Amino acid sequence: MRIDFTVNGRRQEADDVWEGESLLYVLRERLGLPGSKNACEQGECGSCTVRLDGVPVCACLVAAGQVQGRDVVTVEGLADFARQRSRGTGARGTSLDEAQEWQAHGSDSRTGEGGGLSPVQQAFIDAGAVQCGFCTPGLLVAADEMLERNPDPDDADIREALSGNLCRCTGYEKIMDAVRLAAARRSEGV
Amino acid sequence: MDFLRPASWEEALAAKAEHPAAVPIAGGTDVMVEINFDHRRPEYLMDLNRIRDLEEWEVGADSVRLGASVPYSRIMEHLRAELPGLALAAHTVASPQIRNRGGVGGNLGTASPAGDAHPALLAAGAEVEAESVRGSRRIPIDAFYTGVKRNALAPDELIRAVHIRKADGPQQFSKVGTRNAMVIAVCAFGLALHPETRTVRTGIGSAAPTPVRARAAEEFLDAALEEGGFWDSGKVITPSLAKRFADLCAAACNPIDDVRGTAGYRRHAVGVMARRTLTWTWESYRGARRTTEGAA
Ligand SMILES: Cc1cc2nc3c(=O)[nH]c(=O)nc-3n(C[C@H](O)[C@H](O)[C@H](O)COP(=O)(O)OP(=O)(O)OC[C@H]3O[C@@H](n4cnc5c(N)ncnc54)[C@H](O)[C@@H]3O)c2cc1C
Ligand code: FES
Ligand code: FES
Repeated sequence: MRIDFTVNGRRQEADDVWEGESLLYVLRERLGLPGSKNACEQGECGSCTVRLDGVPVCACLVAAGQVQGRDVVTVEGLADFARQRSRGTGARGTSLDEAQEWQAHGSDSRTGEGGGLSPVQQAFIDAGAVQCGFCTPGLLVAADEMLERNPDPDDADIREALSGNLCRCTGYEKIMDAVRLAAARRSEGV
Repeated sequence: MDFLRPASWEEALAAKAEHPAAVPIAGGTDVMVEINFDHRRPEYLMDLNRIRDLEEWEVGADSVRLGASVPYSRIMEHLRAELPGLALAAHTVASPQIRNRGGVGGNLGTASPAGDAHPALLAAGAEVEAESVRGSRRIPIDAFYTGVKRNALAPDELIRAVHIRKADGPQQFSKVGTRNAMVIAVCAFGLALHPETRTVRTGIGSAAPTPVRARAAEEFLDAALEEGGFWDSGKVITPSLAKRFADLCAAACNPIDDVRGTAGYRRHAVGVMARRTLTWTWESYRGARRTTEGAA
C-alpha cells in the first residue's frame, strides 16, 4: 500500500509498504531516515521515539497505515522544529535530502543557533550525555517535548518524562545534566 | 494482509461483520509487538485511529463513559477526580510513550491477567459497551474476562466505550514489580470504598487466570464494617479485621509460578497490598469525614 504523510514538515510518500509494517520501518528503510533507532521493536527502549501529531510515541508500535495523513517529527527534523517553535514563524520543514545528510555538528553558540542543532541537542553535547549515541535520538525527542510542556522541570519530572528511554552507557547522570542545562539556558534566555 | 481504515464507527462495525477475523488496532502497543515478532499474522488489520469518537469521554451523573481508545495519559490528566483508581493504575503502565498510545479498550481486548486497568475497573464497578451490526449490549465487567487472554466479545463485536462508576469514596491501586517504569505486574491490587452503598470492592491482577474480585473478602469486610458501625463512627479499622480481609484476598488468588514470581510470593504480596490499600483508603475516608464534620 501507499502511505502519504508529513515528515519533519514536508509531505512524503512511501510506496509498496507492507500492511503489517511499522512507522519505524517506513522511516528507516523506505525514507532513508535512520535517526530513529531500532533496538527492541517492542516499546521497551524508546530509541525509536518520534512525535506523532505532536505526541511522543514509539515508532516501532505504530502501524504504517495508521500515519496516513498525519504529522511525524523525527530527530532529523528536531533542529528545524525547535527553530520554528522559538521564532513562531513559517514552516520551512526539513527535506528528505537534508534529513538524510544531517549530521550533528556542534557549534560554539550555546543555543545551537547558527549551527544545525536544537538547544537540547547542543546541551547533550556540552554535558557529555552522548556515549555510543544509540539512545540519543529517542532521548532528544522525548526531552525536547518535555521542555516544551514544562520549561522548568524538577528532577522527578525529568526522570518521569525519560522513563521510557533506556541508555546502556551513561548511567543517566549526564543525561539529567543535559536536560537541566537545556532548561537553565532557556530560562536565562541565552 | 489487508489494512482496513474505517472512517466512522458504523464503517468499522460493517467491516468487522464482513471480516470477523479482522484484528482491530488502536494504540498498537499489544498488536504491533505481536506482529513485529511474527507471533501474529492477521489477514486483516483494522485501524481504529480514524474514529475520533473513540478518544472522547463524557462525565455523567453516576458514571464516566470512557471511549475505548482514550489513551492512559489522558485518563491520568483529566479523570483523576472521577476515576482515581483507574488514573493511578494508568500511571503505572509502561512509559509515557506507551501511555500516549495505549488505552483501556486495548487492555480489555487483550484481557491479559496482568493488564493494569482490570483491577481498577473491577473495584470501581464498570460495564463494557460492546457493539456489532446486530446491536449494542452492556457486559458487566465481572462477566467480561472469560479465560487467560479471553473475553466475552463475539467475533463481530467491537468495544465502543467503558462505563465506569464515578468514585463515591477513596480508591487505591497497588502493583508489585521490579522497578517503577516499564514493568508488567508480578501482581496488582485495586480497592474502592463505596460509602454510598457501604460496600468495598476489590480487583486482583496477575494472580489468577483472569483478573478477579476477592468476593469472600468483600463480603466479610462489608458485614464487619456494618456490624461494627465503622461507616458512621469513622473509627480505625482494627488490625485483626484488616488481617482477616488480607488473608481472604490472598485466598481468592489462584496464581502460577512464572519468571516474574512464584505462586506463593504472589499470594503473599496480594495479602500485603490488600491490607495496605485498605488502610490508605480508610484513612482518607476518615480524613474526609473529619473535614465535613468540622465544616458542619
Ligand atoms: C513496553 C510495553 C509495556 C507495557 N506495560 C504494560 C503495563 O505496565 N500494564 C499494562 O496493563 N499493559 C502494558 N502493556 C500492554 C499494552 O500497552 C496495554 O495492554 C494497552 O492497554 C493496550 O492498548 P492499545 O490501544 O495499544 O491496544 P492495541 O494493541 O491496539 O490492541 C490490543 C488488543 O485489543 C483489541 N482491541 C483494541 N481496541 C479494541 C476495540 N475498540 N474493540 C475490540 N477490540 C479492541 C486489539 O484487536 C488487540 O487484540 C505494555 C506494552 C508494551 C509494549
Ligand atoms: S525500538 Fe521502539 S521502543 Fe525499542
Ligand atoms: S549512550 Fe549508549 S545507549 Fe545511551
